[in-house]
Amino acid sequence: MSQLSNVVVSIIFDGLAYAMILFIISVGLSVTMGLMGFVNLAHGVFAMAGGYFMTSLMSQIGVPFIPALLLAAIAVGIVSVVFERVFYAPLYKAGELDQVLLCIGLVFMATASFTYVFGPDPVTIKVPEELRGQLDLGFRRFPTYRVFMIGTGLLMALGIWYGFEKTMIGARVRAAVDNPMMAQSVGINVDRLFRFTFALGSGLAALGGGLAVDILGLSPSFAIQYLVLFLIVVAVGGLGTIKGAFVAALILGVIDNGGKYLWPEGGAFFIYVIAIVVLLLRPNGLYGRHG
Amino acid sequence: MSEAVLQTVGLHKHFGALRVAHNIHFSLERGARHALIGPNGAGKTTFINLITGVLSPTSGRISLEGEDITDLGQAERSRLGIARTFQINQLFRGLTVLENVSLAIAERMGIAGGMFKPLSAYNHVTDEAIALLEDFDLGSEALRRIDELPYGRQRLVEIVIALGQKPSVLLLDEPAAGIPSSESQHILDAANALSGDITVLVIEHDMEIVFRIADYITVMVSGEIFTQGTPAEVAADERVRAVYLGQAHHV
Amino acid sequence: MAFTGVMAEHPTVTPNSTRGFFRSRQRLKWWEGLPWVLAVSAFFVLPDYMAFGTQVLITIIFALSLDLIVGFAGVVTLGHAAYFGVGAYAAGMVSAHLGWTEPISALLLAGVIAALVGLVSGAVLLRYHGLTLLMLTLATAICLQEFANVNEDVTGGFDGLIGISFKPLLGMFEYDLWGHTYYWYSLVVLLLVFVGVRIVMNSPFGMSLIGIRENTDRMHAIGTPVYKRLVTVYTLSAGLAGVAGALFAESNAYVTLDVLSFARSGTILIILILGGVGRLYGAFVGAVVYMVLEDELAKMSPEFWEFGVGLVLVLTVMFAQGGLIGLFDRLRKYIGGAPT
Repeated sequence: MSQLSNVVVSIIFDGLAYAMILFIISVGLSVTMGLMGFVNLAHGVFAMAGGYFMTSLMSQIGVPFIPALLLAAIAVGIVSVVFERVFYAPLYKAGELDQVLLCIGLVFMATASFTYVFGPDPVTIKVPEELRGQLDLGFRRFPTYRVFMIGTGLLMALGIWYGFEKTMIGARVRAAVDNPMMAQSVGINVDRLFRFTFALGSGLAALGGGLAVDILGLSPSFAIQYLVLFLIVVAVGGLGTIKGAFVAALILGVIDNGGKYLWPEGGAFFIYVIAIVVLLLRPNGLYGRHG
Repeated sequence: MSEAVLQTVGLHKHFGALRVAHNIHFSLERGARHALIGPNGAGKTTFINLITGVLSPTSGRISLEGEDITDLGQAERSRLGIARTFQINQLFRGLTVLENVSLAIAERMGIAGGMFKPLSAYNHVTDEAIALLEDFDLGSEALRRIDELPYGRQRLVEIVIALGQKPSVLLLDEPAAGIPSSESQHILDAANALSGDITVLVIEHDMEIVFRIADYITVMVSGEIFTQGTPAEVAADERVRAVYLGQAHHV
Repeated sequence: MAFTGVMAEHPTVTPNSTRGFFRSRQRLKWWEGLPWVLAVSAFFVLPDYMAFGTQVLITIIFALSLDLIVGFAGVVTLGHAAYFGVGAYAAGMVSAHLGWTEPISALLLAGVIAALVGLVSGAVLLRYHGLTLLMLTLATAICLQEFANVNEDVTGGFDGLIGISFKPLLGMFEYDLWGHTYYWYSLVVLLLVFVGVRIVMNSPFGMSLIGIRENTDRMHAIGTPVYKRLVTVYTLSAGLAGVAGALFAESNAYVTLDVLSFARSGTILIILILGGVGRLYGAFVGAVVYMVLEDELAKMSPEFWEFGVGLVLVLTVMFAQGGLIGLFDRLRKYIGGAPT
């Protein structure tokens, strides 16, 4: 392959892997924000918790990668329900300001706690043998872990999309996002539905966090560092849409990655410019329906 | 024959495939007490929203005193003399009754943008607000916060705010909504106490109120004007009864 | 009058206090002198903390500017540091690059430039609301920061802008090593800013902002040019944030990229909410409490501080709506039984 096309392929490839992580973490946020209108800045905490829980299972108990990942996702999903009842639920009717403040407070508390328990330095994991090294895809060799990431991400996207579009519960969620009052009057228990989607979204975030450890690194500042990014993915994609989160993650992931690679000093610029342009023209995001 | 102070010609509004207003030719005579009735979902509030500028029509024109206002925004239409109340109270809940009314009066007087003199220097605003409140028996509650008042009293404040705008056209969206019928007398009295200079369009479900206020009634069904006439004519119209009964069957 | 007024069966009794309602609200209360007395006495009681005190005063000005838009107009923004930063760099750059050494004119210039940036950005952004607006303000501030980063020959980039120096204030007051001059300078600026803000918020304009915050739909319906009012207060707010930024540049003689950071926007929002929004004095209380606690606790352990701040925020939201000032109010009502 020529030098230029090699670089382009690398950027797109790495960008895709990055985008998959963004998608998996942000999709839960998009749906819950669409459902409850709650500006959840603390979503990254669940991703971080998933990452740390997984690494603890792996390093302390020796649980292998995939099982640890799944266990972490499930555990965080369950714990998140408690969080939601205690902290979030009282504030659904409150103003934006209060919600923002609560989430920032939770992020600070979580960051400080994780720093205390795990120390400020990034943690690393030993990815299983099968996922290390390079994979020969014929025309080029790619890092195996990233191929795994992209594959997992696409499968998850497909699965989530299927669940959202084709199942009864997905239909209920869509109805509730579209018109909560109407959904309630038709017999959908919006509160219970919300708790379920919140748990699922948090669990997915935890999964994404665990997968991200090898690619993005994990330190206690993860939630704060990526707070803005997850919000941008959700806002650009549109609240309450799977497709929106996917497309936004794709665009932002590839461009952020490419931008930083091609222009190290100013590359971070691009995603914010894109966010501004999209929001100015489509205030509800690319696929959002109501603001 | 008095002339039309507010007119709509061929007013249409649809949201995609959903048609909420269809070909509405409507005329509001000066000084009228005009009622707009119809089953739930008939598009009555939508019509008010189109007149006040909350919604833009898909096609059609609206004119006030012969001037086309279709392209004007809410605030501009309000300054030309259209005031409205909302079906669910839209008040400044954390503020006092006095402040609620003063805001409307200050805006009308054009001093609400003033940044350098304190509000207390504008005596005429406060005086007019107090006088207006006293006329509606709200004077003693002027310093109470809106959310401390019973809903019926709040509903009255909703009307007083609109009157603070000294409108020539007043649109009342279900003024008695949410008030037990034992208290709706106050609303009725308020409506009847309005001077003949104001033209009034009332949406109401409470037929007792309608027949005691209105001198002309428009019946709206599914976004279209179904029929119009004097109260006697509409009361006698079999089709009107059927439309309402049909509604009842669906429940 | 447009009605006959025959409604009341029992003639209404409007208390005389009603007529004086707005006047009594706008009158200076005795306790309003307290912050200034405290600020002045701090100079004599804590002379070694004047450099810190200056930064507290600057933060109060910044928080006041934010209160106009968040507290009074009810528009939540996560990008207010943009205007603080613009003011800081403006003042810093006229000194470092143009050799301008008169501090007061640099301050005013910075304020005007920040206000202009606020006017342009506000005119574009205030057509949006809610989450969209929040994200737009956030992204705009970050873009500004990246822009400053990229143009490092002008702004000093990551290393910061150096070579800032100003000649004595009014040609008379030398700058001393202990920050005394800057303390008084900042205090005077704060006083002027506060007086101005108080006048504007007590005006009909100020009350219409509260109306916009409480019920925007209603304001549209009574004829308010909502967008125009918002852009006006946003411009004013940006200008004041720029003044705070300029003071920051002048007092520190050093400006780095974090004057434009999301962290700074977030922190000032936290400070304001902690103190209490829409009350003006919330800015004072919030800034003092936050910065004193930070100074004391962060020294002991950064995690402890971070956890503590987070906890205080969560508790404030869940139990102390209206921030610390709100708590004071409730305490006063409990003790005295008199309304505020």
